[in-house]
Amino acid sequence: MKRVDAIEKVTGRALYADDMRFDRMCHAAPLHSAHPHAVIRSIDTKAARAMPGVIDIITGCDVPGTKQVGGIIADQYVIATDRVRYCGDVVAMVAAESADIARRAARLIEVDYKPLPPLLSTEEALAPDAAILHEGRKDNVISSFRVRRGDIKRGYKASRIILDARFQTSFVEHAYLEPESCIAAPEQGRAVTVYGGMQHPFSTRRVAAAAAGLPLSFVRIVQTTLGGGFGGKDDTISVVCARAAILATRLGRPVKITYTREESIRESYKRHPFELAYKAGIGADGRFRAMEVDITADSGPYCSMSPFVIWRPTVQCTGPYAVPNVRCDTKAVCTNNTFTGAMRGFGSPQHVFACESFIDVCAERAGLDPWEFRRRNFFRQGTKTHTGQKLIGHKVAIAQVAERALKELGWKKKWALCSRGKVRNDGTYYGVGFACSYRGVSLGAEGNDFCSSIVNIQPDGSALLEVGVSENGQGLKTAMVAILAGELGMNPDRIRFVDTDTSSVPDGGPTVASRGTLVGGNAVIDAADKIKRIMRPALRELIGPSRKGYLFKAGRIRNPENRKSVAFEDAVAACHRSRIYPYALGVWKGPRVSWDEDTGQGDAYFTYVYGCQACELTVHAKTGKVRVSRVVAVHEVGKAVNPQMAIGQVFGGIAMGLGFALMEEIRHNDGMIENLNLNTYRIPRSIDVPEMTAILVENPDPVGPWGAKSLGEPTNELMGAAVANAVYCATGKRFTKAPITADQILGDIHG
Amino acid sequence: MTLYNIHINGLTRTIECEPERLLIDVLREDLRLTGTKKGCGIGSCGSCTVLIDGKPRRACRVKMIDIYPSPSLPLQRGGRGSDSRFTIHDPRITTIEGLSIDGKLHPIQQAFIDCGAIQCGFCTPGMVLTAKALLDESPNPTRDEIKKALAGNLCRCTGYQQIFEAVEAAAKIVNRKP
Ligand code: FES
Ligand code: FES
Repeated sequence: MKRVDAIEKVTGRALYADDMRFDRMCHAAPLHSAHPHAVIRSIDTKAARAMPGVIDIITGCDVPGTKQVGGIIADQYVIATDRVRYCGDVVAMVAAESADIARRAARLIEVDYKPLPPLLSTEEALAPDAAILHEGRKDNVISSFRVRRGDIKRGYKASRIILDARFQTSFVEHAYLEPESCIAAPEQGRAVTVYGGMQHPFSTRRVAAAAAGLPLSFVRIVQTTLGGGFGGKDDTISVVCARAAILATRLGRPVKITYTREESIRESYKRHPFELAYKAGIGADGRFRAMEVDITADSGPYCSMSPFVIWRPTVQCTGPYAVPNVRCDTKAVCTNNTFTGAMRGFGSPQHVFACESFIDVCAERAGLDPWEFRRRNFFRQGTKTHTGQKLIGHKVAIAQVAERALKELGWKKKWALCSRGKVRNDGTYYGVGFACSYRGVSLGAEGNDFCSSIVNIQPDGSALLEVGVSENGQGLKTAMVAILAGELGMNPDRIRFVDTDTSSVPDGGPTVASRGTLVGGNAVIDAADKIKRIMRPALRELIGPSRKGYLFKAGRIRNPENRKSVAFEDAVAACHRSRIYPYALGVWKGPRVSWDEDTGQGDAYFTYVYGCQACELTVHAKTGKVRVSRVVAVHEVGKAVNPQMAIGQVFGGIAMGLGFALMEEIRHNDGMIENLNLNTYRIPRSIDVPEMTAILVENPDPVGPWGAKSLGEPTNELMGAAVANAVYCATGKRFTKAPITADQILGDIHG
Repeated sequence: MTLYNIHINGLTRTIECEPERLLIDVLREDLRLTGTKKGCGIGSCGSCTVLIDGKPRRACRVKMIDIYPSPSLPLQRGGRGSDSRFTIHDPRITTIEGLSIDGKLHPIQQAFIDCGAIQCGFCTPGMVLTAKALLDESPNPTRDEIKKALAGNLCRCTGYQQIFEAVEAAAKIVNRKP
């Protein structure tokens, strides 16, 4: 099945938020803070207001509802009031007849700041005498988790080798190609509709309604075609929508806000940079006896999704290896750098970079090759993880995927050929490397797993389908349509997926953590089951009673007991005639999960996926440039509802992973981002990507719709370590800071 | 303000604007051809790629005056008599909206769909047009030539591989035609 939105996208007809235009529409633009940390003494908007074409200017005191919003802790200001905490805080919004006028007027606003000393690193923020960024908190730690399992001391005693290593990752930009954009249009009777490109219309509605001081039912969010999200189109676009909604209700006119790339990079949240310390004890048999992990994440000034982002690495800190004694402490710390939040992987690309690099270090010290060392330590069916969760109910496929990946790459032969610090005749070093991971599916015990969908079969037998999770560009619509078509035996062309409208379908929780297909698909299946039940009385009349139920297949409904059948369309028409409406609200609630905050013990996720990525690369000795020539990715997905789209997710994840591994880093200078556009913040181009092979391993999972689990994120978490390990085998040097840039490599091999 | 007759997607449209106005604004705002996307505004992402006389150009970097160097050019430099409406050089602009004819997709568009080369779709118009320029010039490109031709078009979703495959598939179809 092809993407349901492909034709409109390939002809340029798909409407992204900035492509829409309304009658009487005006434009608004932000004024961002000039300092990473300062008190606002006063704001003078007189000169800006005097500019022809300026319609309105609002500051923090004009926010009619709650001043602060946030998904977990409401600590982010819709518009700063008396203090700014990073250079992306918005101090004022200017509405004008054109975006250009609004931007020029914003520059005329005079803000009198009293700069405060900024906290520019987690180290500064954790110092005992550090200023506290949020009133009422006792320190700058915004979230922390811990795991205590077994007895670390005993574990070290039983070890032959004890070793440790430290790792570091950087701020990373989502770099969705479409910058934030939305239009708020006032409706009759105080209501407002906001059209915009966001990942999760329901959290946008919560934020916009709270900030505008309106009940939820008076704010309607309509998701427009989304030009990429990767976790990044949530908090920031939500406050952008809130500001548009406030202006639109004040002015009684539609207001469009479309960010420039510079505004987008300046204000939007990033991937958390992590500092990670790993320590482990390994027995004479090459098996882990103990492991200690400490992770500190820079959350910037606001909480955003920080707890989720550090919780996942807490739960997955050992990697897919059995370790009997474990201590893990993770924390997210407030600073005056750009705030950080959800980004594809939720903390795992950072943690897997460190963990899987460390595993290679351990293997070498234990005198084993990376495969043999991993093989000895891998989870098996029924292993208890360090959170005390017994891995049952799904196939523990880590060895299966790793073996497959190494075979496909021809790892054994190539491993023997690695340069290990000796330059080859062509002036390069050559290396291969791989990394393995396991990953909890969906939100796990930190979130609430649920979703809903509405299936509304029309009198002609066509269907409207709505789902409480949203299209993020990953092909969710297509997967949902495929699932409904399969369940009801319908032709997919007869199903129209209705883009999420918050005034219709109930909230399905965020489309994050690769949960879209799993939770949405289950909700669709539930709705389809209800439709079948609703149609039963009519079917009894048409094709006789059946104790076994009816079969919906290939456009017909069959009675397995008497082999009578009726066309789906005819049965639906009969239902409508007798005033039976095939309309159903499907709901799904996730299976039970658990978590004990003190010990970090519990069944953290209800199921897991497993993946392995291996790569082959050369490092240019003179320039330090790394060229990855080949990547093999093997992912266990439960079931691929649409293999072609699943493979596209893998390729996209690998490319983004390569960016993380080799080039991407948002650089702050005194709290201000230096690389604000795509000429200085470089992401992988067509000439940077290797030849990629994606292999999907299917072990249908009882929890997933048709056995499907998830895919979007695991593909993105493995490249960091696979590249670091390959660079090590090539150059003989271990690089512990991502991205591993050419400069870093040059500094080390010649230094 | 200057009057321009623009030859775009096989039609002639007349608009009035400043010679300094960027082509992307003329397309998106004045002509409401919103298939051309704006991802960076500085020529770094390729989402705004259009074809001018068959060559890929960044609409965010091209001003009207760059395409029509002299505003009165259409009438004065025609050189074929005083009432000629033709200029010596009369640039043709193609945007994504002009690629499919009578609702029939161009083979490159079809190949993008068939090969799974579209995810969020924001890069797609620019990619498709860059690919068209490539195939028009070299109908049988190697994988490396494709990579090079697309180097200025960023895609954050697909990892590019299915885009390469789509261009290769399209090349086969284009070449099959007489
Ligand atoms: S918008 Fe023109 S190149 Fe990015
Ligand atoms: S498909 Fe999203 S940027 Fe290319």
